[in-house]
Amino acid sequence: MGHIKIENLTKIYLNRRSRPRSQFEPDDCTDDNVLVLNDINLEFEEGEMVCILGPSGCGKSTLLRIIAGFEKSTYGKVRVGGKKISGPSAQSIFVFQHSGLLPWMTVAQNVGLGLRFMKDEPEKENKISEYIEMVELEGFESYYPYQLSGGMKRRAELARALAVNPDLLIMDEPFSGLDFLTHMKMREEVVNMHEFLNKTTLVVTHDIDDALIMGDRVVVMSGRPSTIKLIKKMEFSRPRDFERDSDLSRLRSELFLMLGVPYAV
Amino acid sequence: MTMSKKRAIRKQQDSNQEINKVRNRFGLGLLAFMILIVLWEIIARFSGWSVDIFPDPITVIISLGELIADGTLLRHTVASLFRVTAGFYLAIILGIPLGIFLGRLDSMRYFLNPVIQFLRPISPLAWIPLAMLWFGIGDPPAIFLIFLSSFFPLVVSTTVAVTNINRTFFQVASNFNFNSMEMMTKLILPGIMPEVVIALRITVTIAWLVVVAAEMIAVQSGLGYLILDSRNALRMDYVMDAMIVIGLIGLLLDHLMNGIGNRESTRWGTASGY
Repeated sequence: MGHIKIENLTKIYLNRRSRPRSQFEPDDCTDDNVLVLNDINLEFEEGEMVCILGPSGCGKSTLLRIIAGFEKSTYGKVRVGGKKISGPSAQSIFVFQHSGLLPWMTVAQNVGLGLRFMKDEPEKENKISEYIEMVELEGFESYYPYQLSGGMKRRAELARALAVNPDLLIMDEPFSGLDFLTHMKMREEVVNMHEFLNKTTLVVTHDIDDALIMGDRVVVMSGRPSTIKLIKKMEFSRPRDFERDSDLSRLRSELFLMLGVPYAV
Repeated sequence: MTMSKKRAIRKQQDSNQEINKVRNRFGLGLLAFMILIVLWEIIARFSGWSVDIFPDPITVIISLGELIADGTLLRHTVASLFRVTAGFYLAIILGIPLGIFLGRLDSMRYFLNPVIQFLRPISPLAWIPLAMLWFGIGDPPAIFLIFLSSFFPLVVSTTVAVTNINRTFFQVASNFNFNSMEMMTKLILPGIMPEVVIALRITVTIAWLVVVAAEMIAVQSGLGYLILDSRNALRMDYVMDAMIVIGLIGLLLDHLMNGIGNRESTRWGTASGY
């Protein structure tokens, strides 16, 4: 269900000022058009946690948005669970970089969004509190997003995403803007959640350590036009510590080099 | 918990008391009114103008009592309020849906926006001759003028509010498979509420401004008519009575609208700074 296959994915953004949207072809890449993703081929297994690294502006987010169905590819196919994606759906829930919680709804109402078709009210309530407890937000059910801290908002959004029980969880820089400790804790929570629920999870990040610690598979993309530089299956046991594990540590240096920083600081 | 800690908490609670703040604020506001009345009295006494031209506060209050006692004031106030309510509700019923429609459909917005922006700066008072010709005399032309005064600002504010809704929320909506009904009730309406409430607060004041002017031309009742009639009878004290009531009701309307703006469901807008 959460198996993803991406074939020859290409995305071109048109410079809208120069010409109307309808008259371009995939190969037609002049200065007016920005080739963002160039012939991307990827395949992820069901239940994998995939971390996508790349320099900023390389099209990581675009890739995620295409997989989520928010944007259309210019060329190429994306299949989730064998089915071609036709648009956004509750099967692949997107966790937004900046809060995607609806600010006029309480935490409980937000988490309940994906459960709103459940007929059985008490069971629905139970489910909502179950997911709120999972992210340790009990006691904050009736709070509005603006009353929560940054980390709590992310956790609430995570609970909302998990409550849908999607085939695929897509996270666009889920830890950006969090302070160091909250970042660490959130990362640990996401890893635990993944171990527990085993959902296919795509995480875009610019933090190499996040990718090393979380990923079952790490994908490194090059700068624009983006191609795949590296796909690495991570066979390291958890919890991971790149300071003790020399293989992991070597990989870390490699990744830093690959992303244009010669010395791993 | 130690005593000093408890005391510190209580102290903070006391200083946090919204009620205290409100009471202080209310008191200060009242003080300004009292200063105004004293100034008025001083000018009336020492300017040398006769009571017929510049009535002093006491005269005005006594005549206010007369107007209240014989029911004139109540009758005119109710007439004015009826017209404002009718015109304002009409503007809400037509303006907000049109604003949402224009906010959602880019092509319609590009189509209609220039016309709306062209009609909007034309004062409702400029429509008076046409309104009288089309609707005759009585309530309809006055209601029409009030409708005009509130309709355009409401349409424009609602349109802007809809286009200002964070695009992420529309993606969330499609991600969670909202149907079009849910788009309206769970996304668009709550999303525009804070801005629309502010727009309502501003437009109700405009509507109240216009009703007085409208009543000076086409009708035989209302506070505007009372002013006109009193001027014809050279009763400046009655003119001032009507002005006082107009001011007080304006204050009340603003207060009511502000109350809506402070409700939990719309407060997220200002609180989150969004």
